Order: sequence, then C-alpha cells, then structure tokens
Amino acid sequence: MAGKSIHRQPVLKIEDPGIARKRMRRRAVSGQIIVGLLLVFLWEFLSRIGWLDSYYWSSPGTIVRTGWKAAAEGTLLQDLAYTSGATIAGFILGTVAGSLLGLSFWWSELYSRITEPYLIAFNAVPKLALAPVLVIMFGIGFDSKVILAFLMTVIVASIAAYSGVKNVDRDLEQMLRSLGAKRHQIFLKVVIPSSVPWMVSTLKINISLALAGTIVGEFISSRQGIGRMILYAGQILDIDLVWVGVVVLSFLSIFMYLGTVWLEHVLMKGRQPKS
Amino acid sequence: MSELRTIHCSKYYLKNGEPMGALDDATMQVGDGRFVSIIGPSGCGKSTLFNIIAGLTEPSSGHILLDEEEITGKSGRVGYMLQKDLLLPWRTILDNVIIGLELRGVAKKEARRRALPMLQKYGLKGFEYDHPDALSGGMRQRAGLIRTLLDDKAVILLDEPFGALDAQTRLQMQNWLLKIWSDFRKTVLFVTHDIDEAIYLSDEIIVFTHRPGRIKAQIDVALPRPRNEKTLMEERFLLLKRELLLMLREERSPCG
Repeated sequence: MAGKSIHRQPVLKIEDPGIARKRMRRRAVSGQIIVGLLLVFLWEFLSRIGWLDSYYWSSPGTIVRTGWKAAAEGTLLQDLAYTSGATIAGFILGTVAGSLLGLSFWWSELYSRITEPYLIAFNAVPKLALAPVLVIMFGIGFDSKVILAFLMTVIVASIAAYSGVKNVDRDLEQMLRSLGAKRHQIFLKVVIPSSVPWMVSTLKINISLALAGTIVGEFISSRQGIGRMILYAGQILDIDLVWVGVVVLSFLSIFMYLGTVWLEHVLMKGRQPKS
Repeated sequence: MSELRTIHCSKYYLKNGEPMGALDDATMQVGDGRFVSIIGPSGCGKSTLFNIIAGLTEPSSGHILLDEEEITGKSGRVGYMLQKDLLLPWRTILDNVIIGLELRGVAKKEARRRALPMLQKYGLKGFEYDHPDALSGGMRQRAGLIRTLLDDKAVILLDEPFGALDAQTRLQMQNWLLKIWSDFRKTVLFVTHDIDEAIYLSDEIIVFTHRPGRIKAQIDVALPRPRNEKTLMEERFLLLKRELLLMLREERSPCG
C-alpha cells in the first residue's frame, strides 16, 4: 500500500487530539446513560415478573407515581427545600469556619501544637451520636439540623486547611520576606492561595457529610424535611414513599455534588488540582 | 552609590551539643556596580552568607553594611534570587513579577503597566499571561530575575540561579544576565559551583574554603568587556580557570 503512494505528493495527516478526546467523551456519556436506563428497566422488569418483591423493593414506575402524588398533594417540595437549605447552610458555615480555623494555625506554632491533638480527637468523636443532645439544646427546628451539618463538616475542613498550611513551601515564604513582605502579606499572598487546593479537595466529601448530618437531625426529631418524610413513611409501612425519599435524596446529593464540582472549578482556575 | 560590605560575619550552629561553623569571619567588600562571584565546595557557607546579607538569618557575629548603613537582620534591603525560581504557580508570569511592587502598595494595574515592557524587552514576550508551569526552566529563571529587578534594589544576590539548567540554556542565560547587568548597572553578588561561569561573568571572584566557610582568596578577573564566546578561549581565561581549579581541589572534602 505504501509502495504505491510513496512517490506521489505526500498528504499531510494532521491529528487533532481535541476531536478524539471529544468523541471519547461523547461515547462515554452515551454509554453511561444507556447503562443507567438498563438498570432502571431491569429493576422495573424484575419487580413486574416477581423476582423482586415489589413490597420491599418497589419499582421505578411506582416510585415516580408516588413521588408525583407527594409533590402535588403532599409536602415533598417543601421538605426538599428544608433539607437542602439546612444542608447547604451547614456546609457553608462549616467549610468557612473550619478553613479559617485551619489557616489560623499558620500564625503560631505553639498555638497549633496545643490545638492539633484536640482537633484530631474531636474528629474521632462520632458527631451523629450527639444528635439527640443537639436537638434538645437547639430545638426540633431548622437550627439543630444546620448545627449538625456544621459539626459534620467543620473539623474536616479545618484539618484540610491545616494540611495546606503545613505544606506551604517555606522557600516561597522566604522569597516574599526577602522582598520585604510583612507577615500578614505572606499570609494573604502565599499561605491562603497555596492552601486552596487542600481546602477545595474536601468540598465534595463535606457536602455529603453535611447532608448526612441534616438527615440524621431530621430522623431524631423534626416537623419537616425529607428525612422526616422517610421516617414517617417507614412507620406507616408506606415503603413506596420511603423509596421516593431515598431517590429524591440521591438526586439532591448528585446536584449538590455537581455544585461543588463547579465551585472547585471556579476556585482552581489555572491550577493543578490536589488529588 | 551602592556598596555592600560584610564585616567579620560568622554563623555557628549547635549540632549534638557541639558548635558547628557554617561561616567563619567573612569580611569582604563589593563595590558599586561590580559583579562579584563566590565559588567554593558545597557546604562552604555560601547560602548562609546570602541569607545573612538578605536579612533572613541573623549572624552569630558580624555586621552587614549597605553604603555604610547597618542592615544586619533587616530583610527587604537587597534583591535575592535562588536556584529554585519560586514563582507562585497560581499567578501568571506578569502577576508574578509584580509581587515586589504589590508588597510596597503599588496598585496592581499600575504595577502591570510598568512590568509589561520589561517582560517584553527581556525575552518573555508572549508568555506574560501564562502560568509558570507552561514555561521552561530557563524562562522561569528569567521571570524570577525580572521580579527581583522590578523590586528595584541596588544590590542583587543570585544564588546559583542557573544551577538547574542544561549547558546550552546556561550559556544563553549567562549572556542574557550580562546584558541585563549592563543595562541596569546593579551591584551583583553571584554564587556558583561552575568555575567557567564565575570567570565569564565576574569582575572579581571570591573563593571560599570548606566548612566552616572562610574566604580563601580574592581574584581580580580583569578580562575585557563586553564578553562573548571568544572570551572562553582567551589565555587569561584559561589561566584563571587553572588557578581556580587548583584552589578548589585543595578544598575538596575528604568525603567527596
């Protein structure tokens, strides 16, 4: 084949890695959608032919119908707003407060050394186990859920920011000092930006921890929220409605995850992520 | 005028309860606008001396004078550049080089306006808005030096700035540095391991002994400027090289 064309005018073959990458992505996404649809159909099919007991496992069709009814006649949408509101509020408060706490350790080695073991100890405390106390302290309303979500995230965020602080390149600090920088300038221009990848790396974990905190708070005692709806549905043996709650929470979780991916993208503009 | 003097500078550390000398009684003078190199075996206290001059470490004894003013322990009085480029990876090249101006309270916009022509004139045209990881080692060192120059100090310390570069790039960078030096007329104190580099660039070479670093000799290079590749083959160049090689061989530490 090559022998025939070798004397002809050579044809420039220019590869465009962008196109190959795009095609790969398109094919991967279509594949992912197909697998998802297959799983849903399989679930529906197996429960229809009776291989799955639809009393326990429900079925996609029933879940959609029940969910529709709960949204139209019940309080599903208000519950969703309540749960996502508490989660996001707790997540933001916990991430901001935790990051500030972690960053503050840069200022004094003595202070950070005294505090660090308590941080680790508090991280080991199963915060969810405190939920009943918190509900008694802060009431059965919105506040106790926000506080649970906050407690779930604050220590993780502070440990992440502290790791960032510990990994700041000392030579960068020296370089700034040699340019005559004051401590607060080093903090603002080197310590915070170089800790960003560490702080960002926990956003995805923290949003799901915050959601878990909120739901447990609602389980303990609440008048609203998806968690309360699931608990209530379980008590009256309306398992289809339990499944509605689980599916709604899954979607909420996915959307919030995508939100943190976007946030990560914004905060990490022009940089390598810290895996 | 900007003349740098170190007077009886020493630095001792305690190691396993015993005092260990890093630098011993360094007294030297770098005249205004001169290019002076320091060479010596590794661990001869060159970097210690630089940290002391830059005010990042206090000497155990001795003084640093800049134009007869005591600057011992004061940072931000001389420019300082290390072998590592130490560019901030989250900033563009342009925003990296203006950091000294920023620290002094110059508005970002104004600082950028001042820095752009510098970048373009000294070989970073087209890279102004790139992040450091998009640049080669040589380019990054250029940015590092321009950052130091923009900080506008009369005396500049360069600690093996080309140590990590390959031979080709190195020669290119040496010529580039000579051009910058003749454009800005800074007083330069330069540390290197490379004898050729020291002779090629300097007016004067200071040889340090093995740890604790002590000044062994001070040599006047006395090669005409401007210098170019031909300088490398001049008799005087080879003579100096021989002399320096012999001196450094005496200082080679027993453990290599």
